[in-house]
Amino acid sequence: MSHILDISNISLSFRDKLILSNVSLEVSAGEFFVIIGPNGAGKTSLLKVLSGLQKAQKGTVTIKDKNILNYRRRNLSQIMAIVPQHIEVGFPFTVADTVIMGRSPHLGILGMEGENDFHIAEEAMKFTDVSHLTDRKLFQLSGGELQRVIIARAICQQPEIILLDEPTTALDPAHQLKIMDLMEKFRREHGTTIIMVSHDLNLASMYGDRVLLLKSGRVVKTGDPKSVLNKELLEDSYGCRIQVDESPLGGVARVTPIPDKYLHNYD
Amino acid sequence: MNTPIGKKIVLTTFLLGTVLILISIIAISAGSSGVHFWETLAILAGKTNPDSATATILYQIRLPRVILAAFVGGSLALGGLVFQALLRNPLAEPYILGISGGSAIGAILAMLLGLSYFPGVTIFSFTGSLLVLAFVTTLAGTTMGNTMLSRDSLLLGGVMMNAFCAAVIMFLISMTRSFQVQHILYWLMGDLATMQKGQLPILLLVLPCFVIIFILARPMNLLLLGRETAAAMGINVKSIVMLLLVITSLMVSIIVSLSGLIGFVGLVIPHIFRLLLGPDHRLLVPSCLLGGASYLIVCDLLARVLPSSGELPVGIITALIGAPLFIVLLLRSRT
Repeated sequence: MSHILDISNISLSFRDKLILSNVSLEVSAGEFFVIIGPNGAGKTSLLKVLSGLQKAQKGTVTIKDKNILNYRRRNLSQIMAIVPQHIEVGFPFTVADTVIMGRSPHLGILGMEGENDFHIAEEAMKFTDVSHLTDRKLFQLSGGELQRVIIARAICQQPEIILLDEPTTALDPAHQLKIMDLMEKFRREHGTTIIMVSHDLNLASMYGDRVLLLKSGRVVKTGDPKSVLNKELLEDSYGCRIQVDESPLGGVARVTPIPDKYLHNYD
Repeated sequence: MNTPIGKKIVLTTFLLGTVLILISIIAISAGSSGVHFWETLAILAGKTNPDSATATILYQIRLPRVILAAFVGGSLALGGLVFQALLRNPLAEPYILGISGGSAIGAILAMLLGLSYFPGVTIFSFTGSLLVLAFVTTLAGTTMGNTMLSRDSLLLGGVMMNAFCAAVIMFLISMTRSFQVQHILYWLMGDLATMQKGQLPILLLVLPCFVIIFILARPMNLLLLGRETAAAMGINVKSIVMLLLVITSLMVSIIVSLSGLIGFVGLVIPHIFRLLLGPDHRLLVPSCLLGGASYLIVCDLLARVLPSSGELPVGIITALIGAPLFIVLLLRSRT
């Protein structure tokens, strides 16, 4: 089994606060890997460490058998694309401008795109269904459209790994599924590795090959969704009552957090 | 998709370049001893030989001054463009990191010491701005430790620096005898009248800055999206930001030491072109350079021609025209 990404014993602290402690994980090429955990568990920090945006104080990150510290930023960006949680829309770039920016790590010193780059950008926009928005400005887009534009930009980078930081948080259920199905389809067609941070335990259950549960900077458990999305583990990590049962879809776990007013049904 | 960016750059550069050349010829021909436009063109092209008085006026006085105005206008507009992108702040202008304060103190000290305008005042003011630059970059570097240069600490450091320098400047002025005050005020308002032909070679020093900034135009686009996003797309953010900061500040320091503090060009020209052409820096860098040059030549021309006797400091004209022009464009872009 080849590991495209290998993290061993990562620790990260900011001032005196421990953010990640002894985190280890391996991700295989082509895997859909989901990182879950409560707010402040260190999910986004972990994503930053494994993308090289944040240097860990201890431990190593290895990407394609090479230490991340030995990569130039440009080469790293040819392998890995990031879909961030917050997207800057203040400057009036159009959708086309934005998507083709994904070609940056592949361009020469003057940064001029060629025909091939425009072709790749067009394909990316077609794939995420934003071709009709080409000349719109980013701030004119809805949340779902914006997210698909940013994913098109990531695809345009032609990466082997795509990192997504809570890509569905602000979206309605239909748009959530659209984004997730896009990522799943892209992975199937290109063998791209996908690593996603998410708050949505049911999406993690339905789409993840493996799930990592993080709490207070430590790995609680890594494994297939059914083994990690376990009532005791989740209740202990999130600190609320949670019901886990078999989804009517069959074969996957369904997670239901329980509000106070329904608690009497379960005690 | 849109027209390829290369074509757009060539087209805009050609258009604005033509405008710059036309404006330059008009500015060289206009003045108290007017020479006809076509005649000026013929003289500059070497087709006609002017009499010696006209030759002196054109070659020794007006041409150097137009060249200085072009370089100053272009550099200040470019400086404003870079700082607005780096600090992601629309109010940023070339002087925002305190360069103006440092160079003003240097210049005023030189004037009080009775040094000649060139090279005395120039060297003092350049030294002053370098000291400020060193201070501000060190401050920004150390306050953030090993992380990236924070734009907020840069901005605040620069504002504090300017405030401190303003106090020193006021102090120096208050201690000055009256006949020197006008010199100082003219310098503070920006003045191209002191240009001498011998200063021209110094201007060549800013040419490499233009080239480097153009090469970094695309990374600047990505920096607008935030430093982490830029890094995720292959930009080595820390070194690019540092390089842009130092190159741009050096360029502005050289310019200010020759022209004094000409305001407003660096603030308004980048905004005007951003409204007209959009946010792509590969297009904005050449446009601001050529547009800023043309704009300052026009302003300097008005500063020379408008008053019935003497001259206005060009810094007055830049804001007097620039502010209303910008407001009109802003209103039109909303509709």
